[in-house]
Amino acid sequence: MTGGVRLARLAPPLTLLTLLGPLAFGLAGTALPAFGYLPDLGGTQLTTAHFAELAAVPGIWHSAQLAVLVGLVTTLVSLGAVAGFVASDLGSAGFARMRRMISPLLSVPHAAAAFGLAFLIAPSGMIMRLVSPWLTGLDRPPDLLIVNDPMALSMMAGLIVKEIPFLFLVTLAALPQTRHAETMRLGRSLGYGRIASFTYLLWPPLYRQVRLAVFAVVAYATSVVDVALILGPHLPPTLPVRLIDWMNDPDLEARFLASAGAILQLGATLVALIAWVGLEKAGAVLVRHSRAAGLRFRRDGVIRNGARAAMLASSAIVFGGIAVLALWSVSGLWQFPDALPSSFTLKSWMQALPRLEGPLATTLAVAGLSTLIALALTILCLEREYETGRGRGGGALLLIYLPLIVPQISFMFGLQVLSIWLGIDASFPALVLAHLVFVLPYVFLSLSDPWRAHDRRHDLIAAGLGMNRTRTLVRIRLPMLTRAILTALAVGFSVSVGQYLPTVLIGAGRLTTITTEAVALAAGGNRRVIGVYAFLQTLLPFFAFAIATGLPGLVFRNRRGLRV
Amino acid sequence: MLKSPILLAGALGAALVLSQAARAADPDPQDWDAVLTEAKGQTVYFNAWGGSENINGYIDWAGETLKERFGVSVVHVKLDDTANAVATVLAEKASGKNEGGSVDLIWINGENFASMKRQDLLMAPDWTTHLPNWAYVDHETKPTILTDFTIPTDGLESPWGGAKMVFFHDTARTPADGVPRSAADLLNWAERNPGRFSYPQPPDFIGSSFLKQVLIETIADKTRLGQPVDEARFTDDVAPLFAYLDRLHPNLWRGGKAYPQNYPDMKQKLADGELDIIFAFNPSEASAGIAAGELPDTVRSFTFTGGTLGNTHFVAIPYNAASKAGALVLANFLISPEAQLRKQDPAVWGDPTVLSMDKLPDADRAAFDALDLGVATLRPDELGPALDEPHPDWMERIEGEWLKRYGAAN
Repeated sequence: MTGGVRLARLAPPLTLLTLLGPLAFGLAGTALPAFGYLPDLGGTQLTTAHFAELAAVPGIWHSAQLAVLVGLVTTLVSLGAVAGFVASDLGSAGFARMRRMISPLLSVPHAAAAFGLAFLIAPSGMIMRLVSPWLTGLDRPPDLLIVNDPMALSMMAGLIVKEIPFLFLVTLAALPQTRHAETMRLGRSLGYGRIASFTYLLWPPLYRQVRLAVFAVVAYATSVVDVALILGPHLPPTLPVRLIDWMNDPDLEARFLASAGAILQLGATLVALIAWVGLEKAGAVLVRHSRAAGLRFRRDGVIRNGARAAMLASSAIVFGGIAVLALWSVSGLWQFPDALPSSFTLKSWMQALPRLEGPLATTLAVAGLSTLIALALTILCLEREYETGRGRGGGALLLIYLPLIVPQISFMFGLQVLSIWLGIDASFPALVLAHLVFVLPYVFLSLSDPWRAHDRRHDLIAAGLGMNRTRTLVRIRLPMLTRAILTALAVGFSVSVGQYLPTVLIGAGRLTTITTEAVALAAGGNRRVIGVYAFLQTLLPFFAFAIATGLPGLVFRNRRGLRV
Repeated sequence: MLKSPILLAGALGAALVLSQAARAADPDPQDWDAVLTEAKGQTVYFNAWGGSENINGYIDWAGETLKERFGVSVVHVKLDDTANAVATVLAEKASGKNEGGSVDLIWINGENFASMKRQDLLMAPDWTTHLPNWAYVDHETKPTILTDFTIPTDGLESPWGGAKMVFFHDTARTPADGVPRSAADLLNWAERNPGRFSYPQPPDFIGSSFLKQVLIETIADKTRLGQPVDEARFTDDVAPLFAYLDRLHPNLWRGGKAYPQNYPDMKQKLADGELDIIFAFNPSEASAGIAAGELPDTVRSFTFTGGTLGNTHFVAIPYNAASKAGALVLANFLISPEAQLRKQDPAVWGDPTVLSMDKLPDADRAAFDALDLGVATLRPDELGPALDEPHPDWMERIEGEWLKRYGAAN
């Protein structure tokens, strides 16, 4: 054994420390001020006064309820669409087409997708422009509350179009572990409709595998900040947005309130998760009953078409939104109801480009570094697991998912307090570490399946030819897994590029990325500027994925067996 | 987190000693050459609202010029609310960081200045009147340069630009003879044209300023506004304001269920035809918007006959700034005739100067005279009277009251 593999022994504890250390310290750093303990601000006594204060804030329960509702509805609709579509079209040519069309959507940052949606559906947005005035008779936008509506419908829509690709790809990754073609054939041969065959036979084992990802969606949607800022309701906003306001209040006393609110957010997410488990149970009962009753649902066309429409709409909205963003970024005066700008100009780009240098450099450096660290840790962990055969159980998976399930805002507050106290706020290493907490799980999840699927016989042959383990790893396994590794890198990169909250809180305004700039400038409401930044925000991960797809072909042009 | 009390006391003690030392070593603007020498190589973190691209572009230009001429780097920390920078300095003070702070210069006025001055968070004593370019500043005929929202500036903040609330409308939709000329008029107009007026949601600076404009026009006894809020009479004093808002809100854009983010957002909505009357604190805003292709060239300006709010905005240096010399150089550059001229050009920003034309060299004065203020900008004599800002107390109180009443309205 040589150094490289011995290092792997340290990797699992180091990985857990990277994931759970910030989580534990962050939660503690949030909980202590919530109960009144923050000596720097004169809080030395434990008290529940800040929770009483929180309860007295007007509309606070409404904000919390809204957050829970957004989480549940978003997850239900996106999961329903994905499951319905998989049931309806698995194995068809349309399925493969959809797979190619949906995959790139995963790399579009949430904020960019949200801006795109807003530009489409606002009363003065693209859709209204396309049908005015010839159809609607309007030469001015109608006074309708569509974006920022009090029921948070547009916010849910903005989340759904982004969660559909995520859940779809997670489901695709789990499918090979089921005997889906045979299972579906069996159901169909017994006279069940496609939806019924899928739901009765394939869904239970499939859902078990994607369940943690679904939990992550519930948690994310209840605690999201950037999408809520762009599309969410105003008076009052959802809970996470109010927490950010308090955190930024010049009256430092408000930090206690913000911390108490972050604990409430933790509770809200927990309630949403419990409610989700309840929905799971109810769904299971429903499925059991209709299965026992022998309902075959042979006419399931409505559901199938509905699911297809939802999938198509999700990609149409994201792509359409990005196209409109791009159009605004080069538009001169563009008045309602013109469908196209009256003039085109590169002025917005010329103005923005010199100013993009700093944020762009930070974005690339933080994303690059955090992804590489995540990749190294992941490979070492997987290598260790390969060696020992341990660590594939549900417990380990749960630990990896934990940073994605605990609401970001609830422990990022504490981390910020901690980093100020340690004097490392707004420092580059702290920012990389904060991003790593979220990049690592995705890189791990993306790489672990192909890694585990790797044919061990290659290693046996290598060992037979006298290669030691490190050499086998470097010369055989890594090259053979290049494609999967590059994909994992691209996933990690795009996760880092999309991070808003950790960058705002740990970067403290001095380290800014394209995403924080985009959301900050969105406050200005200048569509041209938003267009530039959101488009750029989309471009970066897109390039990463393009490289991940294109590079192996180039590198392996003389290795026929490794080409696709 | 868990500091022992003894450690904490020790740290505080050390911090106190350090802060004394730090203050003793502050750069002295009267020895300008020493300031320039010390500033060379420093990086100034300029904390300024970042919601407007033309202002951001102007700050970039100032930064580049400073880098070229004095070797001072400027980083624009883009705030969405100036209060965030105040909170940062306050948090640093609370944790004993009395030097090497992260904020070097803040774009500030009004209640944020009052709060920083009250809590001794600003570099003192008077440094602004010792800046070389102070010689050009018009502190004689512009009273708001020395008194910021009734609070004496005492040389703790250096003026940057003038501001006056001005309204804008698109003559292609709203003829000039129909525009309201007072707050009461505006309410009637909104009732006749529901959904076509709004204001940014407080605590946005411009939104809160609209509340103050209405407060000034509706309060029974205007002299009270020069004083801090009298708690016992506050409810009575603001009753007419909230009666006004209760009537106005159902007729606002989106029925008052959502508000524009800030004034650039209102500008976009004027161009989209969602709003018919908008306002800003910069008389050249419309001309700048036309020049930038954001507004149609049919937009024009108007003000209220009884006057609208006028004030001055400043830059200030926190007591614990890491690069004070660099911040002084930047503050001085911002009131140079060159920088002020560029700032007043609507093609760049269009923000009114704080300099006195009489004090300028002939060439600079001629350059100011030659500025084309744009087709939509009112001449200084058309701007109407400038109303004094109320004491900063009022702004904080009515913001709080606004949130309590309307913050969870849906």
